[in-house]
Amino acid sequence: MLIFEQSRNGRRALAQAPHQATATPDIPAGLLREQPPLLPSASELQVVRHFTRLSQKNFSIDTQFYPLGSCTMKYNPRACNRLAMLPGFLARHPLAPASMGQGFLACMFELQEMLKEVTGMPAVSLCPAAGAQGEFAGVAMIRAYHDARGDSERTEILVPDAAHGTNPATAVMCGYQVREIPTDRNGDVDLDALRKAVGPKTAGIMLTNPSTLGVFERRIEEIAGIIHKVGGLLYYDGANLNAILGKVRPGDMGFDVIHMNLHKTFSTPHGGGGPGAGPVGVSKRLEPFLPVPVVGFDGDEYYWITEEVRPQSIGRLSAFMGNAGVLMRAYIYARMLGREGMHRVADYATLNANYLMARLSAAGFDVAFPGRRATHEFIVTLKRQDKTLGVSAMDFAKRLLDYNYHAPTTYFPLLVPECLLIEPTETETREELDGFVDAMIQILKEAETTPELLKEAPHTLPVRRLDDVRAAKQLDLAWSPAAE
Amino acid sequence: MPFIPHTEADVKDMLAAIGASSIEDLFDEIPANLRIGKLHGVPDGLNEQEVSRLMLERAERDGRPLCFMGAGAYDHHVPAAVWEITTRGEFYSAYTPYQAEASQGTLQLIYEFQTMMAGLTGLDVSNASLYDGASGMAEAVLMAIRANRKSKSHRVLVPTTVHPHYRKTTHTIVKNQGIELIELPYCPQGGHTLADALQPYAGQDIAALVIQHPNFFGILEEVDMLTDWAHAQGALVIGISNPVSMALLKPPGKWGSAGADIAVGEGQPLGVPMMGGGPYFGFMCCKKDLVRQMPGRIVGRTIDRDGRDGFTLTLQAREQHIRRSKATSNICTNQGLLVTAATIHMSLLGAEGLKRVAQSCHENTRKLVAALTASDCVEPVFNRPYFHEAPLRLSLPVEGVARALHAHNILPGYILGKEYPELGDALLVCATELRTDADIELYASHLNRVIAAQTQAGCPTQPKMA
Repeated sequence: MLIFEQSRNGRRALAQAPHQATATPDIPAGLLREQPPLLPSASELQVVRHFTRLSQKNFSIDTQFYPLGSCTMKYNPRACNRLAMLPGFLARHPLAPASMGQGFLACMFELQEMLKEVTGMPAVSLCPAAGAQGEFAGVAMIRAYHDARGDSERTEILVPDAAHGTNPATAVMCGYQVREIPTDRNGDVDLDALRKAVGPKTAGIMLTNPSTLGVFERRIEEIAGIIHKVGGLLYYDGANLNAILGKVRPGDMGFDVIHMNLHKTFSTPHGGGGPGAGPVGVSKRLEPFLPVPVVGFDGDEYYWITEEVRPQSIGRLSAFMGNAGVLMRAYIYARMLGREGMHRVADYATLNANYLMARLSAAGFDVAFPGRRATHEFIVTLKRQDKTLGVSAMDFAKRLLDYNYHAPTTYFPLLVPECLLIEPTETETREELDGFVDAMIQILKEAETTPELLKEAPHTLPVRRLDDVRAAKQLDLAWSPAAE
Repeated sequence: MPFIPHTEADVKDMLAAIGASSIEDLFDEIPANLRIGKLHGVPDGLNEQEVSRLMLERAERDGRPLCFMGAGAYDHHVPAAVWEITTRGEFYSAYTPYQAEASQGTLQLIYEFQTMMAGLTGLDVSNASLYDGASGMAEAVLMAIRANRKSKSHRVLVPTTVHPHYRKTTHTIVKNQGIELIELPYCPQGGHTLADALQPYAGQDIAALVIQHPNFFGILEEVDMLTDWAHAQGALVIGISNPVSMALLKPPGKWGSAGADIAVGEGQPLGVPMMGGGPYFGFMCCKKDLVRQMPGRIVGRTIDRDGRDGFTLTLQAREQHIRRSKATSNICTNQGLLVTAATIHMSLLGAEGLKRVAQSCHENTRKLVAALTASDCVEPVFNRPYFHEAPLRLSLPVEGVARALHAHNILPGYILGKEYPELGDALLVCATELRTDADIELYASHLNRVIAAQTQAGCPTQPKMA
């Protein structure tokens, strides 16, 4: 039942609002609202019960194993939430002077410093509100750099065909044309095709390493050489940074600009689809173009670096400094991990992924790149099962929900047919991984004996498979009393 | 090991299953010369009690100043239930609801949110949110250019009464797509946008007009006149509004004879703490016929195979993961957790509660303006009606006054001179429903003492920070 359907005229949660209505005689009558907005009239208990019950219809990391590839669904420590929500931080007005926020700014500055260290990039800005905004900032900086040098013939951004959809969408937002580079059969960028594609029009390349195929791009230095030789720059999509945290650094691989997804690698919550935080790191030559504001420190006081002292900055990305509360959670997480903890992230994320891959492979599943090491994630392809048993990756995914496991990412990357992209993360126990393998084995048996169990799954959730076509054709995007 | 559950026996058995002799072996595809040693720039790890102590010290160091600052972020009461429920693990640690059957909680909540925002703005449909109000304006500008089939132009009119940071953010985001943002001057007496400012563009091909109402100064714009003018020119109207104001004031969907086409704004006043600038959320609503040009996630109600109601992400053909380079935007995430908070907040307050908040903010700001302008050295900058926020001009340098008030733990307002040098020593002040008569009295008395001290000295003094 919707909250609106529980609403009764005249009922109110009166503890929340000012005691009485006040007149506003100075506001012209023609500018006042005539009809009250459609909001529920409900008691506090009704509201609390309704939203608590809704929460119980969600899968989440706190309740289920959530091996969603490319999303790094690791445990979100509770301490990070509680400490980021201390009253002193919540009460900080974003435009309050730096002198009244030295404690807050110290955290932000130290986070910048730690991110520089783990990525090998000499300068960082925390501004971007999410990964996609970090990507935008990164490519906008590439463009600003070329423009500042009067190098305006560069109109193309190269993107491997395995890339996240945000990469080509971002390049277009920055006014570039996208040129796709194919992948070879081992999952690496096709270097011959790359060599043919580069030239005076090349502004740069956007790469994820490990790639979205779950393998490390082994010839990254060669790629960097090819791009730099023609005057292009390398952009690192940090979606998969969890695989290499404390092992290798994008800065050392030759990247000029990167973004990080703190809601993945630094364990800030995904919140049902945000908020994220997508800080960017750059090489020295791109530092003047970083989005503002950036936190500076003169050895005594922390202060804001703004467009006045960074006239070449690509500018602001949001009204204020970015997602401060997310950055604060990432800072607390980083301080709790410390140096040793950060080295261990990639170790155990990789151990869990390779273990899961080995066990699923032994159980008869086809791994997309069997000759390769898994990084923090890997791909199982169900092409064979689809052909012989008529059950798709989607059917497997939906049946997993009945076994109380969130499904892996399905149908991404697009290059591998009927794929499941599986990322267990470092915070899962071996028992949890074994339980998932058992479920996969069981579902494979069902596929052979009773395939309709998969095709009609899920059976045990609040709803069964939904009619997406109807959702798009008979649009119902808001409730209205008349329609009921 | 923080957050890593493996025992030594686990590691041994897992490596045996893989057929590797050590964890190190698993990284053998990475060129050896790229491997790093110690991360010297990262300090040793802290346990929970140590990090708690550090964070408590830092939060206390910043104090909790008495806030009379608005300028796009507002100090409102947030009901206790809002964040208690929002931070339940099932909301907090879920991902974007791609697996609809396992995400009905988040999906139904977003559908309810969309309903509330459409109602509040007086428009037909809402998306599931954008990053914040400023980036929301940028997305609205891009959307209007895509959606306006009458116009071939990439020119958008933006009054200088729109939040300066919104204008800057929009410039950052749209400048590489050949879009021209044309700034319109405001009336020096009224602080609003006059028909005169529009006249030079009459008869020209303009894709859209942006109207912020109440505007950045808190001044009420002539929204009906502006909206009708734009529509007569074939331009779309993008309305930017504070969501709390919409409980009291005529919302964008009702401006002029046809209403604004797109409404965007900052959702922070709906249950989101100020938190140093984010995370907040941007809302975006529009008329039904523009929905396919809207960026971001959208949730629809449909039925499952048993005919039961259910909720799912819809119109995904607009989005980057399907359309790649032809997507409406590169945006993936919405601000789900903040939308969760806002939906609970609006459910608790209801239409009447939200209207009372709006009235109370306005009443308190009027009291504040009256108390501060009782001084001979302080006067209102503009003579037009305002809502909830107003600029005051001081007859002495505002920076020195502000610094002196900071020392008394008062955040006196937003100094306008940097963005609007023509306004001189002006301060944008705001008193939300949280400010009491005593708070306002305290501000006024400190201000009077500071003015007395600084004018007696004949020149502004530079008091030391406490």
